[in-house]
Amino acid sequence: MLKARELTRRFGPLLAVDRLSFEVEPGTVLGFLGPNGAGKSTTMKMLTGFLAPTSGTAEVLGHDIRRDSVAARRVMGYLPEGAPLYGELSVAQFLAFAAEARGFRGNERDRKVRRAVERLELGAVMGQTIETLSKGFKRRVGLAQAILHDPPVLILDEPTDGLDPNQKHEVRSLIREMSPERIIVISTHILEEVDALCTRAMIIAHGRLLADDTPRGLLERSRYHHAVSLELEELDRAASRLGELPEAREVEIRRGRLTVFPSGQGDLFRAVGKVIDEEGWHVSHVQLESGRLDEVFRNITRKEAA
Amino acid sequence: MSTANVLVVMRRELASYFATPVAYVFIVIFLLMSAAFTFHLGGFFEREIADLQPFFRFHPWLYLFLVPAVGMRLWAEERKYGTIELLLTLPITASEAVIGKFVAAWLFVGLALALTFPIWITVNVLGNPDNGVILAGYVGSWLMAGGFLAISACLSAATRNQVVAFILSVVVCFGFLLSGLPIVLDLFRGWLPQALVDGVANLSFLMHFDSISRGVIDLRNIIYFTLVIAFWLVANRIVLEIRKAD
Repeated sequence: MLKARELTRRFGPLLAVDRLSFEVEPGTVLGFLGPNGAGKSTTMKMLTGFLAPTSGTAEVLGHDIRRDSVAARRVMGYLPEGAPLYGELSVAQFLAFAAEARGFRGNERDRKVRRAVERLELGAVMGQTIETLSKGFKRRVGLAQAILHDPPVLILDEPTDGLDPNQKHEVRSLIREMSPERIIVISTHILEEVDALCTRAMIIAHGRLLADDTPRGLLERSRYHHAVSLELEELDRAASRLGELPEAREVEIRRGRLTVFPSGQGDLFRAVGKVIDEEGWHVSHVQLESGRLDEVFRNITRKEAA
Repeated sequence: MSTANVLVVMRRELASYFATPVAYVFIVIFLLMSAAFTFHLGGFFEREIADLQPFFRFHPWLYLFLVPAVGMRLWAEERKYGTIELLLTLPITASEAVIGKFVAAWLFVGLALALTFPIWITVNVLGNPDNGVILAGYVGSWLMAGGFLAISACLSAATRNQVVAFILSVVVCFGFLLSGLPIVLDLFRGWLPQALVDGVANLSFLMHFDSISRGVIDLRNIIYFTLVIAFWLVANRIVLEIRKAD
């Protein structure tokens, strides 16, 4: 269990993290979502013991991060933002260092390194100097370092930032693979990632917790949730006809696309389907919207700014 | 404090020294310059005395520029590349990291110093020097290098720019080196009581090194350098805590 209690950090006059409290259970992939400068990284830096909180504290599997930072760090794996690495070392040297710093020696060290290397498919570059590696490989070395000791808690600061789509996919699969039984906290400003990866999302802005929900729960806050979008020729006629439905609250035309928003009565999708059949419209595309995270995100974070 | 953790940090740091040309360039320059000073400025042969005075005499000046060059990267580089976040979130305390890094750099300077052994052989071939005095000279020189290095390490933690770290270190080292001379003492004479001015004068690296290099291993001189190192390492730990977040 990871528990943050009133976690606060000031940088001079700037309140970077403002009394953040939350609890995370094992088996959770928690996404920190928020605009740049929202306090996501600062929160992670406090959890991992890099920065001391100005006030408040957190507990990682029962270890208080203020009183017993080293014990807390022992059960955590951390990928700092941008995955910093000692560029002049070879991958093998670097991972051996990380393993030794975690207290592994001799055979056990080699075994831990080998497992992490297999998991992240780094075998081919073991002898290579880190600074000569591609970005994707560097990120994998950073992740290998973080998971090397099989930590029950993983803190990953923007693990997929700057990677190409294939690399993103690989990193996400790895995180998903590791998620049962573990507490994984990732920060991101890529919204699709939350949907693809997280079982829970916290939206943070100006250091404050604005929303804490499942990705599905966040989607349900979208006005697009259960709206129906159509593409067809007779846009205006369709708009006025569908607007009369009791199941519809509002109709919107944007970029050649008609969206009908649900009023909450009855099944809008079925009602729209019926109208299409009756009128015999030539519809090229129909979609039941699940909701738009970007819209929810903007609403929540903007409301805060206003 | 765990020695094992200190050693892990130390080994990593040493590996980094030798993974780049820095180590080799430093060692070669150190050897060339110490030879040049000894033979040309020191008049090693002309003196016709079988000792290493002309060799040790210039070490303070050699260290003034070369030791900050070794120390400047210790923390500034970690901060610049963000690896400090990696290092200080491992289950290692900041004190262990500070000491591990310092010891690595100190051993490295010690290695460069040890590689000057041909001059010791030379002087033994040419005459019958007092090898006890020479050993004392080496110990004193290494201790003094440690003092310079602790200053450089601490100032390196204050900035992410290695050039700034270098210049700051040279200036502070210069102050410590010359604190027995009027150039530094005059700064304090006008407004500090005489007792404190004498205190400043007693901080001089030059004075303490001078007596060791003459073969006088006075416990006070050894304690002096040990305290200087300890003081600056504690300062390093504090500066690190204050500055790491920026």
